[in-house]
Amino acid sequence: MAETEERLRRTMMFVPGNNPAMLKDAGIYGADSIMFDLEDAVSLKEKDAARDLVYEALQTVDYGNAEKVVRVNGVDTPFYKDDVRAMVKAGIDVIRLPKTETADMIKELVDDVASAETEFGREEGSTHVMAAIESAKGVVNANEIAAASDRMIGIALSAEDYTTDMKTHRYPDGRELEYARNVILHAARAAGIAAFDTVFTNLDDEAGLIRETQFIHQLGYDGKSVINPRQIAVINKVYAPTKAEIQTAQQVIAAIEEAHEKGSGVISLNGQMVDRPVALRAQRVMNLAKASHLVDEEGNYVEE
Amino acid sequence: MSKNNVGVDIPDSILNQYDYKPYAGAKLGNPVSQRVAPQVRAQFGENKVVNSIADVVKAEVKDGMTISFHHHLREGDQVFNEVMQVIIDQGIKDLTLAPSSLTNVMNDMVVKAIKAGTVTHITSSGMRGSLGDAVSHGALKSPVIFRSHGGRARAIETGKIKIDVAFLGVPNSDAEGNANGMTGDAAFGSLGYALMDAKYANKVVLLTDNLVDYPNTPASINQTQVDYVVKVAQVGDPDKIGSGATRFTKDPKELKIAQMVNDVITHSQYFKDGFSFQTGSGGAALAVTRYLRQSMLDKGIKASFALGGITKPTTDLLAEGLVKKVMDVQDFDKGAANSMHTNPAQQEIDASWYADPFNKGAMVDKLDVVILSALQIDTDFNVNVLTGSDGVLRGAVGGHQDAATAKLTIISAPLVRGRLATIVPKMTSITTPGESIDVVVTEIGIAINPRRKDLIDALSHIPGVPVFTIQELAAKAEAIVGKPKAIEYTDRPVALVEYRDGSLIDVINQVKD
Repeated sequence: MAETEERLRRTMMFVPGNNPAMLKDAGIYGADSIMFDLEDAVSLKEKDAARDLVYEALQTVDYGNAEKVVRVNGVDTPFYKDDVRAMVKAGIDVIRLPKTETADMIKELVDDVASAETEFGREEGSTHVMAAIESAKGVVNANEIAAASDRMIGIALSAEDYTTDMKTHRYPDGRELEYARNVILHAARAAGIAAFDTVFTNLDDEAGLIRETQFIHQLGYDGKSVINPRQIAVINKVYAPTKAEIQTAQQVIAAIEEAHEKGSGVISLNGQMVDRPVALRAQRVMNLAKASHLVDEEGNYVEE
Repeated sequence: MSKNNVGVDIPDSILNQYDYKPYAGAKLGNPVSQRVAPQVRAQFGENKVVNSIADVVKAEVKDGMTISFHHHLREGDQVFNEVMQVIIDQGIKDLTLAPSSLTNVMNDMVVKAIKAGTVTHITSSGMRGSLGDAVSHGALKSPVIFRSHGGRARAIETGKIKIDVAFLGVPNSDAEGNANGMTGDAAFGSLGYALMDAKYANKVVLLTDNLVDYPNTPASINQTQVDYVVKVAQVGDPDKIGSGATRFTKDPKELKIAQMVNDVITHSQYFKDGFSFQTGSGGAALAVTRYLRQSMLDKGIKASFALGGITKPTTDLLAEGLVKKVMDVQDFDKGAANSMHTNPAQQEIDASWYADPFNKGAMVDKLDVVILSALQIDTDFNVNVLTGSDGVLRGAVGGHQDAATAKLTIISAPLVRGRLATIVPKMTSITTPGESIDVVVTEIGIAINPRRKDLIDALSHIPGVPVFTIQELAAKAEAIVGKPKAIEYTDRPVALVEYRDGSLIDVINQVKD
């Protein structure tokens, strides 16, 4: 899944599916992924209206390069089937399944997605899926869930429901999430897919958001879910590479290009071998640098 | 029919009847004009204090006169309605109402005065709400004349507006008429617009709820100009004159626009030590001030002055030393008004000093950067701040035309508002010519006026600030909200929009019901 390795997913912004103004503007804040919510943000009597609204928004609003994700209602609800069919028809990039507890739930979703692709003439396999883990059972089964399908692009921790299930609640230091965060991250990396951390709910605590983002960045998470556009810049800043990292990455890439031009199989930089992980990391640093506006389109460092 | 410089067809009948030239461009040259002077009735220490508005009106206001007010008390104003009611009650007819602007709290009273035949002519900076609605639907026989703040100052100085009686609410005065805007329950800071009326009206009536010991200093309006001082119970509701502390917006779209505005400023050639700027009072404009502050700190840049209507975020910059002088024609909040009282580097200026194009040099001529708003922007960069998408009056020229002559004029506006496009092929009226607009900033990116090749070079490669043509922005807006049905108008003009030099930039007709 080369495409999913390349894509940056520092931020996945939640957008209530029943809010036309927010649907209209969701593309302007630079979120790497936009998650249209048909589930918790939408009251029972608005489920159909929200589905129609998101469908129309996907047809008319320009969301640029953002990855378009929809959180459908759970498999145990009467809305689930229609949600999946409408969103596949709309050409959504990713369907996010809430409260995922088993690999079978993902397999069922993938079957429903596949038949919807056929029904609406969408290219087979063009719709990806991801799982939100919101319970102890989901964490325990994370490895199987992450590997349940080729369509899987990621796995996310949803801490509000999870901590309730664990008979605790969220604490500022996040220690109650240590196990789940590590399990989900390992399941994602083992399956070669993305790992998304949970939302940070206190909008006025920017220092807390920075602290938590630095922590999950250190662990290796691709990014975080966000509930307000104001959080995007804060998270992106944590993920921005340093000038030294960018310069090293530029040297690595230059060394690779030079070796290719010479037809040399072995690449070395300053006497050290440039192997695949080093090359991958360099590419990722440059992607982040571009997305963080630290280098221009040609890769030159932008002096502030 | 004559076509003016922004492509508006103006009937010759209007040019002849109201003695106008069509707008010919924003470059004015060095026009020579003749100032007028008011009539003065000498007084020698007689008692100017009266307790009844009715007595003053009876003595001074006659049928057919021009009366004026100022709008510094904004939505908290109580003077206007009190005086107008007395005038209506006395059965006075055919007045020209010439205030610096009309705020919402005055609307119903003006409509009432029009219906009573008390007011038959209006000139103002703007109008909104029920009054805008009534005028747009033909309530007045003669068209309203809209002038910018600088344009009003010019019109007063050159005698186009001859004020017979000016009623000016002040938060303090002594018995002889020495007054300022800085102390008292209704303190609103700078008296900027009222200073014009005080200088040029034949009769000047101060109304205050705060009579202080003689001599009152510092005096912005002084006793040489004042005929009467009327003691009233309250000139204004302090809570509605201006909010105590301006809240910083949390709207992510406004913040996004503000950030891009700041990027445009800081990447322009004008962002250097000693630059000058003017921001408005809207949410995005206030947010720009905060971003600008950070950029000034980062780069070690200080501004020589901030100009215009002032808010607390700007006076905070003054207190911090990032801005050396604040040139203050109006204060939008209590924080700014208090600062004017306590900080000598905050200079009260009148509307002429601020923006008059016919004096010997206005402050806007020295302005580097201004951030202005818009109801609509067309694909020639013309801006409308007067009429809504329905063609109905709902705004004010304010200092828009005047400040837009700055070296870098930035319009900050959302691409669409609800279901209405902001950037459109054709607007419902033109207030400010595109010739003086340099950059339009929306939440999705910016458009640079093609006249400004230097800015296209400077601003085309800012990371995170996409550049579009204005036509592309209009197309994107239309893609979201669709194409509206054209507004239908009658042939009857309800408003004439002057450019700051007194030429005619647009004629607004009555909307069809």
